[in-house]
Amino acid sequence: MSRPVPLATRPIGRRRLADRAFKWACALVTFLSVGALLVLLGAVVSQGLEHLDWDFLSTGPSRRPERAGFHIAIVGSLWLMILTALFALPLGVGTAVYLEEFAPKNRITRFIQLNIANLAGVPSIVYGMVALTAFGRFWGLLSTKNPIELGDEESFFYLRLPFGNAVLTGALALTLVVLPVVVIASQEALRAVPPTLRQSSRALGATRWQTVASVTLPAALPGIMTGAILAMSRAIGEAAPLLAVGASLFMLFTPDNLMSQYTGMPLQIFNWAGRPQAEFHDVAASGIIVLLGVLLTFNAIAVFIRAKFQKPLQ
Amino acid sequence: MTDPAPISAARTHAERSPARPARSAPPAPVSIAPPSEPTETAIAVGGFSAWYGDFLALDDLTFDIPRQRVTSLIGPSGCGKSTFLWWINRMNDLVDGARCDGRMSLGDVDLLDRKLDVVDLRRRVGMVFQKPNPFPKSIYNNIAFGPRLHAKWRRSDLDDLVERSLRQAALWDEVKDRLHKSALSLSGGQQQRLCIARALAVEPDVLLMDEPASALDPKSTSRIEDLIRALRDDYTIVIVTHNMQQAARISDQTVFFYEGRLIEWGPTTELFTNPRESQTEDYVTGRFG
Repeated sequence: MSRPVPLATRPIGRRRLADRAFKWACALVTFLSVGALLVLLGAVVSQGLEHLDWDFLSTGPSRRPERAGFHIAIVGSLWLMILTALFALPLGVGTAVYLEEFAPKNRITRFIQLNIANLAGVPSIVYGMVALTAFGRFWGLLSTKNPIELGDEESFFYLRLPFGNAVLTGALALTLVVLPVVVIASQEALRAVPPTLRQSSRALGATRWQTVASVTLPAALPGIMTGAILAMSRAIGEAAPLLAVGASLFMLFTPDNLMSQYTGMPLQIFNWAGRPQAEFHDVAASGIIVLLGVLLTFNAIAVFIRAKFQKPLQ
Repeated sequence: MTDPAPISAARTHAERSPARPARSAPPAPVSIAPPSEPTETAIAVGGFSAWYGDFLALDDLTFDIPRQRVTSLIGPSGCGKSTFLWWINRMNDLVDGARCDGRMSLGDVDLLDRKLDVVDLRRRVGMVFQKPNPFPKSIYNNIAFGPRLHAKWRRSDLDDLVERSLRQAALWDEVKDRLHKSALSLSGGQQQRLCIARALAVEPDVLLMDEPASALDPKSTSRIEDLIRALRDDYTIVIVTHNMQQAARISDQTVFFYEGRLIEWGPTTELFTNPRESQTEDYVTGRFG
């Protein structure tokens, strides 16, 4: 027979020491990552703040760094964002509603579900290549040299097939990038709606669609909006897929229609940062400040919506 | 005999007796509802069995649910009471792997008909769930939700209907000044009465209640029970309950389920004072369950 070991055999002092050491180790790691971020931000801000003024936001690019402006890139990003939102939100939310509310729970649904999760992890340059082939060139089915033109080139409703290096192609590439993100965020928001709400709606005689339209979607809307805004903030920072579909790095004009050439904020920054003159690197830093400002605003709006509207449902 | 009109005939709220005053009666000692006049059958069940996948949840049930009376379904957890309730308005259509066999009819409507319009059925058969589950909308819009599903309404008519439904559920006086506030701001007991009002607003004939008071405190429970007694004359009510005292207090007929089988059914007074089966006696006297 072995005697029971007394409970307090390990010295309590050593345990307290380990506890404290671990706390400090965690604090140090946290400080290192946050500190590195702050140093980077500080460097960018100190470098770019000087050049950041109204002229920078309202004028186009220039060969001379002191006159270079961000206007064309900001408007280009705006075009991209609006078009991407128009494509990605209905497609993404629709897919999520179908998968969560209508699809039978069978092997095909699970397969689609798994693939959407995988697509969210695909590098964005791959989507750029897909968009180039599919939307930029129509898989080579139509000639890029002699495209089919619809409408007047000067008007807003001008269309050219294949789309080539148009802003529409860029927006479609970004749509591919963010679509899985929108679908997954919307699905999570729909899943958070208690099943009892759906049941009571159905028990009152609502059809599946009436239940989705008047109970489930409204209850999930704050979550969906949060996800959508975060997806948009990812899209606005993407440069790789736009480079793949042939966006310009130097543009003097804002787009007139869906077929116009364009540039975006990350591309313009990329362009400036690659110039040999050191003054252009300061201009790039100013651009980064603007881009970060837009991103932080987006994220702040998302946090606000989550805090304000996403009340516990039950 | 009572009113011989067919069950499906639309009745207006005006013909119904006014709701009880909002103040609740003091909690009564365990008492059994006085015997009531029997009425014709509202829901007839014959040889009814139900499965979830391969699991036999209900085994060959045959009994009747009387019209405009309260019928309690009692029995231990997992005995199939709720499953049965969910078949009456076909909520089990939403459950994967749920299937059934046998007969169940409401008046001349075959409730198990695959081609039955469940939307119309659920308008006629309302349901109240265990946990209060108002929609995250205003009080007004919670009540108006059902009616709006089925028809277009003039604002004034809808206002009247909302008031009538809330009065029937003995909630009007408490909420009349804040109809457009969120329903989630109400207390648990108020939320459950709101859910009852919401079910009444589509003017059903039958009201199914799945343990409507089990998530509530004793005071709210007694108000719900008062409400059920007040609604008895106008609706056929089927209530699932774990609480035998509750079944005794509010129901005219009691059905005792055990492990998916029907052990005994009959007038509540008889079932509680003079049960035929020993299992029933053991259960109602609290020896198990």
